[in-house]
Amino acid sequence: MSELKIADLWKGYSAQPVLRGLDLDVSAGSLTAVLGLSGCGKTTLLRVIAGFERAQAGRVSLGSRVLDDGRTYVSPERRGIGYVPQQGALFPHLTVKANVGFGLGRAERKGSAVAELLEMVGLAAFAERYPHQLSGGEQQRVALARALARRPEVVLLDEPFSSLDASLRTRVREEVHALLRAQGVTTVLVTHDQEEALSLADMVAVLREGAIVQAGTPDELYTRPVDVELARFLGAVNLIAADFARGVAATALGELTLRPEPDAGAATPRAGHGIVMLRPEQLEVVPRGSVTQGAAGSVEQCRYYGHDALLHVRLDEPGEERVLLARVQGEQALPAGTPVVLAARGPVTVVN
Amino acid sequence: MSALAPTESTPSSARAPRADRFARAWSGRRRWPLASIAGGLLAAGLVLLPLVFLVDQALQPGWKEVERLLLRHETAVLLWNTVRLALASTVLCAAIGVAAAWCVERTALPGRRVWAVALVLPLGIPDFVVGFGWVSLEPGLHGYLAAVLIMTLSLYPLVYLPVAAALGGVDPALEEVARSLGLGPWRTFWRVTLRQIAPAVLGGCLLVALGLLAEYGAFEIVQYQTFTVAIFTEFNLGFDTAAACALSLVLVVLSVAVLSGELALSGRGRSLRAGAGSRRPAPRVALGRWRAPVLIGLFVLGGLGLGVPVGSLVYWTVRGGSTTLPPASILTDAWHTAELSAAAAALASALAVPVTALAMRHRNRLTLLIERLAYLPQALPGLVIALGLVSFSVRYALALYQSTLELIVAYAILFLPLAVVGVRSAMAHTSLSLEEAGRSLGRRPLVVWWRVTLPLLAPGLGAAFALVFISSATELTATLLLHPTGVNTLATQFWAYTSDFSYGAAAPYAALMVGISAVPAYLLSRRMITLARMGRR
Repeated sequence: MSELKIADLWKGYSAQPVLRGLDLDVSAGSLTAVLGLSGCGKTTLLRVIAGFERAQAGRVSLGSRVLDDGRTYVSPERRGIGYVPQQGALFPHLTVKANVGFGLGRAERKGSAVAELLEMVGLAAFAERYPHQLSGGEQQRVALARALARRPEVVLLDEPFSSLDASLRTRVREEVHALLRAQGVTTVLVTHDQEEALSLADMVAVLREGAIVQAGTPDELYTRPVDVELARFLGAVNLIAADFARGVAATALGELTLRPEPDAGAATPRAGHGIVMLRPEQLEVVPRGSVTQGAAGSVEQCRYYGHDALLHVRLDEPGEERVLLARVQGEQALPAGTPVVLAARGPVTVVN
Repeated sequence: MSALAPTESTPSSARAPRADRFARAWSGRRRWPLASIAGGLLAAGLVLLPLVFLVDQALQPGWKEVERLLLRHETAVLLWNTVRLALASTVLCAAIGVAAAWCVERTALPGRRVWAVALVLPLGIPDFVVGFGWVSLEPGLHGYLAAVLIMTLSLYPLVYLPVAAALGGVDPALEEVARSLGLGPWRTFWRVTLRQIAPAVLGGCLLVALGLLAEYGAFEIVQYQTFTVAIFTEFNLGFDTAAACALSLVLVVLSVAVLSGELALSGRGRSLRAGAGSRRPAPRVALGRWRAPVLIGLFVLGGLGLGVPVGSLVYWTVRGGSTTLPPASILTDAWHTAELSAAAAALASALAVPVTALAMRHRNRLTLLIERLAYLPQALPGLVIALGLVSFSVRYALALYQSTLELIVAYAILFLPLAVVGVRSAMAHTSLSLEEAGRSLGRRPLVVWWRVTLPLLAPGLGAAFALVFISSATELTATLLLHPTGVNTLATQFWAYTSDFSYGAAAPYAALMVGISAVPAYLLSRRMITLARMGRR
């Protein structure tokens, strides 16, 4: 297993740059999600890694092997990188078995390898079927088995679950995740679904306008996004004005501890004014009079999701922050108009 | 129909009279579309008429005579000539068509848009004009190789077009996956791309093979004996209609064999249609050092297929103009051609409406059969249909023999498949629910048909009319057999001059025909793609 490194990658079509100096390190054996809105360049990135497109500048390397650096270019068939495109792209003229064995030599195809792969994805009974006789989820699993057949060092998944129904998506996602884990193969997953990225990946790299704006563990990204835009992209967020002093933020909701900077220690504690970020689940909704610290308000709207509910709470004090979002357990949903107190749990993150 | 399925299985309905079961096939509450059925049956009858009387005429002298005729050595020679020509030209057309389509659709070829049109244009030049173009410049050109050359250059667009369309429809992700699985570009083409476009290649080859079997004029010009040439000679010089009809039966059998061979092959590929989702266009391959050879190849192809016939026509027109300017007859002949073609186009379009309406709205065994029959003339040489009509009129309706009406009907039968294809695409835009909406607004069925359905059909009818018009205006073989004495068309007059070696006089007629068909050749080409797809259903 070796690390996939992408350094200062530029790629564009007809003078319109799509990737602008992109850097990304994918550590060996990890599952890295590249998260971005459609049109941000994530598919182009995948295609350059796979070798379907050539880099205009920069460098793609796998371990000690340079795949593409503007001079050297390894063609896709010599890269040993598996690829699962959006809709699976199973060869419609071949059976499931022949699809999975497509990249194998004649001898290997005859052996037990194909059967084992089909066993692995739980489709041993489907060997003689044709792709159109399979459901969307089954097609995806065959596509994955086909990509894994040649024991690639890296597997690329291009929005593999987006074409599936919501009900099927979660299940197929879990199955695929378990499979990739079991194989220990380095995986790059491209998606626009932040929930998918956060729940599946070891590392998430957020791509915006052709460059990585932040890469880190799902937890790092969710709790310490580099900017407001990213904070909003990863989930609902409350932004509150604060005064900083001695590692504490004074806000309309009371004094909240600041999340320590990742490379803290040497840095002097923050001072002055700024904005802090609170996720809805950091706000607690309590009846009036039961707490000392907090801000009084009333429920304006209640979005009920079953497992939980999102309350829109308008604060009584006419401050700069009008409506805050609070996530509560489903059974704690309150009707609009209920007077409440919002209590916050730190730590909070300063955002720019 | 599915709602009827449970009742049909009960014993009582199994014993129901045939007529009753038949009536119920028309989906219960709806009334029989009587007018459509009448029109559909008329179309089917017209298609069957020449075939029936062809057989009838062939068998007139008795089985013994037919046997003697068909088991002659000459028949074997004809068969061998026809088959080896069909095989060689079809294979060449397939190779050229696929290679050219791939270069235009998948590579960064300079001037792709121009090539895309230029490579289709030979379709707008009638085959016998191509033959004329070559032989008038090089009189020594004759025999097998000349026939292969001319037919390949005339017919390869029939493969090129559907393959180009199919290449655009192949999901590039398939090829990319193959590459990521370790296949090089060539093996990817063989194992993935070619498999995806195989139905298009087969469909194109079918049209080429049928065209080869049907061609007469070009083979006469290069003096190559095929079935059509022999049939024509037998009929025209030997005045032996029975012998001509007997030989025609062999030709029909060959055509049906080609057709069923294609059906069998493409039937195996039915599983090819898998779900197609959102796709990116395939990236174009940089030609690199292949750029010059590819461009030279395409220039040669264009030069031979388009440059030679067109150049020859220009040459003879200019040269002939100074000495023997064709008399005013070219105007009269053009007028006759236009009249006949317009009447045929109107008839074929009118017949196509009930055929498609039945097939698309009242699908059952009878309507399906009617639709299939309407497509049948695609596989029948014009010569065969003309002979069938001659046999019918000579024996049972002499007044019709070589009448204007008979020629118009022959054209309409011959090009009915084109009309059906044209109308069919428009019929898809109409629907019963639109008509029901019109009825619910208080209009009578005929008014609704006139005010709702017909306007929606108009573009399709226009396309059908144009297709049949162009094809009739450039038709030679059936016209030679059926044209009324004293009434000449552009094609027959061209043929008369060519037979006298009056190339200068013939050229303007050919130029006019090319003018009629070459401009809309591109439109025709789009329809051909549809036709090639229809053929696979």
